[in-house]
Amino acid sequence: MSRTITIEPVTRIEGHARITLQLGDQGEVEDARFHLTQFRGFEKFCEGRPYREMPALTARTCGICPVSHVLASNKACDHLLSVTIPPTAEKLRRIMNLAQITQSHALSFFHLSSPDLLLGWDSDPATRNIFGVMRQDPALAKDGIRLRQIGQMIIEILAGKKIHPTWVVPGGVAEALTQEKREAILKLLPEGLEIAKRTYGFFKTLVPKFKDETSHFGTRPTMFMSLVTPKGNLEHYDGFLRIKDAQGRIVEDMVPTVDYQRLVGEAVEDFSYMKFPYYKPMGYPKGVYRVGPLARLNNAEACGTPYADVALAEFHMLQEYGPITSSFHYHYARLVEIIFAIEMMERLLKDPDILDHRVRARARSNRDEGIGVSEAPRGTLMHHYRIDDDGLITWVNLIIATGHNNLAMNQAIRQVADAYVDGNHLQEGMLNRVEAVIRCYDPCLSCASHAFGQMPLLIELKDAAGQVVDRLTRG
Amino acid sequence: MPPPAPQPNVRVVTLTIDGKDFSARADETVIELCRENKIPIPSLCYMDGLSIWGACRLCLVEVVGQGRLVAACSTRVAEGMNIRTNTERLQRYRRTIVELLFAERNHVCSVCVSNGHCELQWLAQKCGVDHVRVPYRQVRNEVDSSHEMFRLDHNRCILCTRCVRVCDEIEGAHTWDVMGRGSDCRVITDLARPWGESETCTGCGKCVQVCPTGALVKQGTSAGEMVKDQHFLPILARRRHAQ
Repeated sequence: MSRTITIEPVTRIEGHARITLQLGDQGEVEDARFHLTQFRGFEKFCEGRPYREMPALTARTCGICPVSHVLASNKACDHLLSVTIPPTAEKLRRIMNLAQITQSHALSFFHLSSPDLLLGWDSDPATRNIFGVMRQDPALAKDGIRLRQIGQMIIEILAGKKIHPTWVVPGGVAEALTQEKREAILKLLPEGLEIAKRTYGFFKTLVPKFKDETSHFGTRPTMFMSLVTPKGNLEHYDGFLRIKDAQGRIVEDMVPTVDYQRLVGEAVEDFSYMKFPYYKPMGYPKGVYRVGPLARLNNAEACGTPYADVALAEFHMLQEYGPITSSFHYHYARLVEIIFAIEMMERLLKDPDILDHRVRARARSNRDEGIGVSEAPRGTLMHHYRIDDDGLITWVNLIIATGHNNLAMNQAIRQVADAYVDGNHLQEGMLNRVEAVIRCYDPCLSCASHAFGQMPLLIELKDAAGQVVDRLTRG
Repeated sequence: MPPPAPQPNVRVVTLTIDGKDFSARADETVIELCRENKIPIPSLCYMDGLSIWGACRLCLVEVVGQGRLVAACSTRVAEGMNIRTNTERLQRYRRTIVELLFAERNHVCSVCVSNGHCELQWLAQKCGVDHVRVPYRQVRNEVDSSHEMFRLDHNRCILCTRCVRVCDEIEGAHTWDVMGRGSDCRVITDLARPWGESETCTGCGKCVQVCPTGALVKQGTSAGEMVKDQHFLPILARRRHAQ
């Protein structure tokens, strides 16, 4: 008999989704699907607009990671202008991106995921949230809120506002950094680094407690894609594309980002508004790959900053050989990246050129196609535009970080369902584990699906005939 | 038509505005007198130095004893007039007018190059427009980006015709005009040719500077970067009318 269980509070993901689990005759899971059910249409309604509006327009895709869209979009516009932006402007953009990664990773780890890790998968859903964490471990919650605040404050100091800033412009940035602003940011960083290191140390002690989840949360073999520096190190703003296979072999390396279409194909399915990118040479749906912190650390030879390099070495020891495959370790990777981001911001701010006033290259559009790729907190973000002779957009393709992980997330849900779902009845703990595996990827579904709405999470259990036999909703 | 040059022997009238007594030249308009005396009256089509158009209706004022409202820009002062410029009724009408302007075309402030420097946006804030109570028409309008230096976005045009008047009366080119009726009404260059193909446009940019919104902007500007400078207009207008 069908039943609906409503569990408060709203599930802790960015955006809205539905999961369906298809059951066989014996009640075993036959298929698992992750649906994004609503459509936003940025790629369509941007057509006809001047290309210089694209950074501000596409930033509205998201309130959590607008900086990522601003950067990828401006890089696509730089490509349209055919300019090399001034080195200082590039450094300033990098600082902004790292601040964005700090605040977004802090949000994911502390606000969204730490309730599971601290309070337990089967704890009371009414208190399994950041407020529950505040009661259980006030210092940790305070650290999380402060760390996110530091990231947001750096963005505000640089760009004038925390959300949807317009300081980054095609050709560079609108205004140079002042000495006062530099000092203000530098003052924030030591506290941020202390919090990051403290949290990382704490999380290392937690990891052994989650052996079961580590072995069931998205461990199926996939490839990993990310940007790397020309030396193969961790990169978030520019660089080249690298893909490693599940065994850790490099299958694509130093691929210029403008050639992304050689690597990435996009499929669509009728059950979701999120696209299904795949590794083109392997075809669909075999070409599954993951992006984001886990992929970036798996692909990087080194971080290039002292504490982060130590943490990266410890990260690689999480598994005996090969790349780290469990998606549970996305959390670990995020904490390593926060350390890296803060260290790197300090290094960039201490660069003698950072106050240079030459921060903008001016030009008209000099080609009719522009591609901008950067690393968003959740993975590789691609903006691709075509314009007419008057500089008006004729075609847009956005490949969102969360979208790259779509196939992998579907796989992971299936794996968790196989491990935890009892086909005869649903339990709250099962619901939360399915959620938690999604949460590992920190999906930004509003970005990926271009969707909005009021349905945080719905899980349906269907029998072999496709009839809904059980349903759980949240929100 | 350009405003007439002030006559040397014009009589003076006395009148009341918002309960205060004023004296003014009989050839002045209500809005001119109010601006001289720092009495705020909103307007979008009126501009010092250009002829009177009376299209936006934002400068409507009440004249005691008259049933209908009058536009301050196109009404001359008169002896014994008693004017109210900021009643509850006027505030309500002005807010509605601004809301209708927002609903008519696609004014998306957040991504506009004039964001933060837009007269319509400023007026909306002054009028307390925190939301629009009528449905947006959401009609797709074209962007003419064919000009080398400037761009026209019909989505942000409120048909104030400042561009038409400044081009005709100050620059003397008369590149701009108005075509169509009702909701199809559009500003056009030459005989509705793309701006970049205009044979009459001198590329002076006066139209861009007087445009109150992000409808006419410079190429190469990003969100919030278009700041307009209108100081040239009264100076040029005085010199032209003195000729």
